[in-house]
Amino acid sequence: MGEEGLYSDKVMDHFENPRNVGKIEDADGVGTVGNPVCGDVMKLYLKIDDDTIVDAKFKTFGCGAAIATSSMITELIKGKKIEEIKQITNKTVAEALGGLPKNKLHCSVLAEEAVEAALKDYYEKRG
Amino acid sequence: MKLVYLDNNATTPLHPEVLEEMLPFFKEDFGNPSSLHQFGRKIRVKVDEAREKVAKMIGADPLEIVFTGGGSESDNFAIKGVASANKDKGRHIITSEIEHHAVLNTCKYLEKNGYQVTYIPVDEYGVVNPEDVAGAISEDTILITIHHSNNEIGTIQPIKEIAKIAQERGIIFHTDAVQSLGKVPLNVEDIGVNLLSISAHKLNGPKGVGACYIRKGTKRLHPLINGGNQEMKRRAGTENVAGIIGFSKACELASTFMEEERGRLISLRDKLQNALTEKISHVKLNGHPTKRLPTTLNMSFEYVEGETLMINLDLEGIAVSTGSACSSGSLEPSHVLVAMGIPHEIVHGSLRFSLGRENTEEDIDRILEVLPPVVEKVRAMSPLWED
Repeated sequence: MGEEGLYSDKVMDHFENPRNVGKIEDADGVGTVGNPVCGDVMKLYLKIDDDTIVDAKFKTFGCGAAIATSSMITELIKGKKIEEIKQITNKTVAEALGGLPKNKLHCSVLAEEAVEAALKDYYEKRG
Repeated sequence: MKLVYLDNNATTPLHPEVLEEMLPFFKEDFGNPSSLHQFGRKIRVKVDEAREKVAKMIGADPLEIVFTGGGSESDNFAIKGVASANKDKGRHIITSEIEHHAVLNTCKYLEKNGYQVTYIPVDEYGVVNPEDVAGAISEDTILITIHHSNNEIGTIQPIKEIAKIAQERGIIFHTDAVQSLGKVPLNVEDIGVNLLSISAHKLNGPKGVGACYIRKGTKRLHPLINGGNQEMKRRAGTENVAGIIGFSKACELASTFMEEERGRLISLRDKLQNALTEKISHVKLNGHPTKRLPTTLNMSFEYVEGETLMINLDLEGIAVSTGSACSSGSLEPSHVLVAMGIPHEIVHGSLRFSLGRENTEEDIDRILEVLPPVVEKVRAMSPLWED
């Protein structure tokens, strides 16, 4: 666990070189979570084929931790089955990043919620 | 990579001449100024000289200066000291919504201990209306404490008008002038204050030392620290001699260079402000356009979050600060910008550039080269920007 206010090397790597930034025009599921008033908004786009996440992209307004967790979650879910990614929690994301400062743990919750929201959108679209 | 430090409102580098002046007091001049032998007497003379220099800087009498452990202690001493000494007279304190936490949290502490506090709101520029202060005064009011200038936005308060109101009503007036010292003229007679807090490390002096000015005739404040007879029994504890010497040297240097530095810093700051406004869209100045410290520029960059900008600048060797919630442990956005009525999402995108004596035109050019593409990059990642 990183010290209060300090980011791990892994977090900094994902902050400096975020993976999968952007949008998917013909996304099968899109989830937007957070609120600009609170300082972070994450929008996650999923391309799903045969119950598998074939592509994931994000756009995030937020702090360093919000951007790093957004980047990391796309890495964690790409190529995985929907059933598998349902097991991914905010803790999984935080651990994959080598820990987050205590006051930034809520950012990883945002990532988990974005996946939930995008899947909900996917199911609704599919009917 | 050349590092660019633009966070001088947080702290400033020690001036080399200040360090020179301090060094002997870590070595051979180690005596305790309270000792009557020659080791002590020698230091007593030096501490007295330092007191004169600090007093001169703000137009005070040396006997009106109490050295403290810094700005926060001075604020605590002034506010708690007055509150405690005057509790039989009244228990109401007036302050503003945008004070430094050293004042705000001291007032909140007193609220939990039987005092009432009125927090005066500010306008869109962060200015306190003196009439609001006058309107808040009750029979129970024992202290008005309004800062001289704000550390986040640099706005300078109409402090003389507020002091006059306090004086007319016979109420003790304190001002936290920590950010103003050495940057704009500061004279206790001219302002008409009873109490004033200052600190050394904001004007290229050492950390851990400050002073509280107490006007002669002010009802004796209860001390924060009880013990020996140091500082005219107002602040016990063996003096931070090297710190006090450093503080006095910093004051001396600042008073010599202030006029020249003021003009230079205003022109650098305005260059930065104008160029950022030109080069980047959806940018907003936070704070008063003119009634502002020469050192301070606070701007919001819409659709992006301040900590992300700050870290990106840090990666390029540029140090600034932000009012974003995410940069603070509390996750609360800047109380100053919020009090000015700025929407939270715009507060989150604020950056503070604060200049000091070491900054040059090159530093400004460097930010102007780095920041616009950083904002563009971060906006490209923002879901708010695309909508």
